[in-house]
Amino acid sequence: MSCCAVGAATMLAEGGQASPASEELWLASRNLGGGLRQSELSVPDAYCGACIATIEGALRAKPEVERARVNLSSRRVSIVWKEEVGGRRTDPCDFLHAIAERGYQTHLFSPGGEEGDDLLKQLILAVAVSGFAATNIMLLSVSVWSGADAATRDLFHWISALIAGPALIYAGRFFYKSAWNAIRHGRTNMDVPIALAVSLSYGMSLYETIGHGEHAWFDASVTLLFFLLIGRTLDHMMRGRARTAISGLARLSPRGATVVHPDGSREYRAVDEIKPGERLIVAAGERIPVDGRVLSGTSDLDRSVVNGESSPTVVATGDTVQAGTLNLTGPLTLEATAASRDSFIAEIIGLMEAAEGGRARYRRIADRAARYYSPAVHLLALLTFVGWMLVEGDIHHAMLIAVAVLIITCPCALGLAVPVVQIVAAGRLFQGGVMVKDGTAMERLAEIDTVLLDKTGTLTIGRPRLVNAHEIAGGRLAIAAAIAVHSRHPIAIAIQNSAGAIPALAGDIREIPGAGIEVKTTDGVYRLGSRGFAVGDPGSGGGQSEAILSFNFRELACFRFEDRPRPASRESIEALGRLDIATGILSGDREPVVAALARSLGISNWHAELSPREKVEACAAAAEAGHKALVVGDGINDAPVLRAAHVSMAPATAADVGRQAADFVFMHEALSAVPFAIETSRHAGRLIRQNFVLAIGYNVIAVPIAILGYATPLVAAVAMSTSSLVVVFNALRLKRSLAAGKAATPSPLMHSDAVTS
Amino acid sequence: MNTLIYLIPIALSLGGLGLVAFLWALKSGQYEDLDGASWRVLDDGDGKGESSRTF
Repeated sequence: MSCCAVGAATMLAEGGQASPASEELWLASRNLGGGLRQSELSVPDAYCGACIATIEGALRAKPEVERARVNLSSRRVSIVWKEEVGGRRTDPCDFLHAIAERGYQTHLFSPGGEEGDDLLKQLILAVAVSGFAATNIMLLSVSVWSGADAATRDLFHWISALIAGPALIYAGRFFYKSAWNAIRHGRTNMDVPIALAVSLSYGMSLYETIGHGEHAWFDASVTLLFFLLIGRTLDHMMRGRARTAISGLARLSPRGATVVHPDGSREYRAVDEIKPGERLIVAAGERIPVDGRVLSGTSDLDRSVVNGESSPTVVATGDTVQAGTLNLTGPLTLEATAASRDSFIAEIIGLMEAAEGGRARYRRIADRAARYYSPAVHLLALLTFVGWMLVEGDIHHAMLIAVAVLIITCPCALGLAVPVVQIVAAGRLFQGGVMVKDGTAMERLAEIDTVLLDKTGTLTIGRPRLVNAHEIAGGRLAIAAAIAVHSRHPIAIAIQNSAGAIPALAGDIREIPGAGIEVKTTDGVYRLGSRGFAVGDPGSGGGQSEAILSFNFRELACFRFEDRPRPASRESIEALGRLDIATGILSGDREPVVAALARSLGISNWHAELSPREKVEACAAAAEAGHKALVVGDGINDAPVLRAAHVSMAPATAADVGRQAADFVFMHEALSAVPFAIETSRHAGRLIRQNFVLAIGYNVIAVPIAILGYATPLVAAVAMSTSSLVVVFNALRLKRSLAAGKAATPSPLMHSDAVTS
Repeated sequence: MNTLIYLIPIALSLGGLGLVAFLWALKSGQYEDLDGASWRVLDDGDGKGESSRTF
């Protein structure tokens, strides 16, 4: 967890210090009138019933909360709250604190990702309406087929026509619109034969009914629509999950900052209005608003946004800082050196927008199939019509048969072939702890031949861990832990985690930003922190993460920290090798660290000290060499390359932006999710191809029957339904191999990532 | 033939009833959080009985 690990831990532990300011929450809430407001917060870690009860309970305990409801599907909580309780203005930050106290991260939910839901609702409505129509018409048709006499048959046909008409107009409008759109632009797509078949069959049936004909096709046309709409809805559900990452990134740059004027007066101003040269005050826990230089103050800075490195860096007077980095421990006074549009975060946003285009070029399998399929179908129907005209010269009969051909060849099974498999595969992946945002992601994942991994947070967990606890006397570890509880520095938290019971320590406690903690007791002075701070001599600590405990400047213990590799990394990389996939590392971290890890994992192709831009370039170079790469990464610095890659994946502990930019998100700690997702996608790809073969095979059998004129409505309806069912059953075979997927033991994110304060 | 005159409307209106019930459920937001709903069933409602409230 390169990015938010530190930030998140700090944020939670300090009760939401890094969370948006009250003003921001007020601005972002919706006014419901009558003194009520509604806020939407995203709670990415909520995942089960207990989470719902915990979060809702915590919120309802507050007098100012009117209603609170967690939506588990979108991982959001919406809170309706009173503006004033007992004459006191409500501080919406309290809600964030209440949720954070229970161990959940919260973010202000930025609206804008909801536009897809509306269409989904309409599609479900259309499925319901067409389903209703299809069942009723089918009942009537069965009566006709079982031998209703002339008058009854006409009555039934008329009732069918009355039901089918409105249903076709209402439920079929998606296809008509799309087909019309395609024709107007001189193209053809899968919807054109659908629209033609549906309207022609309805027209012919109506004509037959008026002329007291024996056969009508109402059932076929409505059932066809019903099946196709199911496919369309599933497809939309798969695609609807994809969200743009830009909104998430914009949240990282604060909306405003406190500007100090030369006369000493202060003013809170929007980020866009900050000009280079102005002096800013950034409190501990806030994000740096624009690129700048430190004028005064010392602090630890979480720079994971820039380099993915999880351990904070010390900044002091004269150092430069980048927008979006998180100020952890001390207040800073900055001089802005760039306007917000030229700042670091703006550059990342630009990189991501540029990368977005590459992804759009991918054509979905279904679209590629439609390109060949629909002209072929039209040609076939036309040839049938012309052929029968030449043979018999009877327009009516020729037309009837041509319609039968159109109905039978309608891409019903084809329309279901892809979405059903993808939904089943997505369900299987979900059970294995992998979330898929987009159906095309699975298609793309099945094609890859290279995996490029980020280091911190992906190959490693991204949290420092004490590695030499066994070398240190228990008593000293306890003292260190007693001191460490006063700090939220990740290293201090790591010390607390390794110690068992933490004794109380009386004394005057002071945290020196960027150095360590000092405790003045009656016996003497304890110090815990960097070597220079603790013993007054920088020594030869080098770049390794370490903390020294000293008593009166005499070293008591040296704690060394290491980032732990993600579980099953080695096995996963071997598994990738067995799948014939090359692996490589792209990291923003320092070279020796990356080299050591690459050696231990047996990866020879690695790159260190890459900036976000260089990562994108490395990925583009791989693409140019003809490789299709999966990029696995988590940080904000990985977000552009996640977008640029053929397909991408992020752990659930990743920064929000990383998660949004990725196509797949895996929830368990183990890296085995990567080969698991690839295998499942390849399996799904095989099933999709099989489904295409089945659907086309069905056409090979059914089409000659239709062309020869033997397709009665009954035959058409049975054939069509059978082909659809066969395709669905074939897709369900994927579920049977679920046992393998369960090997990845479910260790939900919220437990593995539990907050330790 | 005579039975059909009332049987067909009955059949259609029963089907229509189902459709209307579904549309109502969809409109009132009951399909908005399918994952959460399956968990809420297991909630005993200790504490406050508010958890069934929707908005």
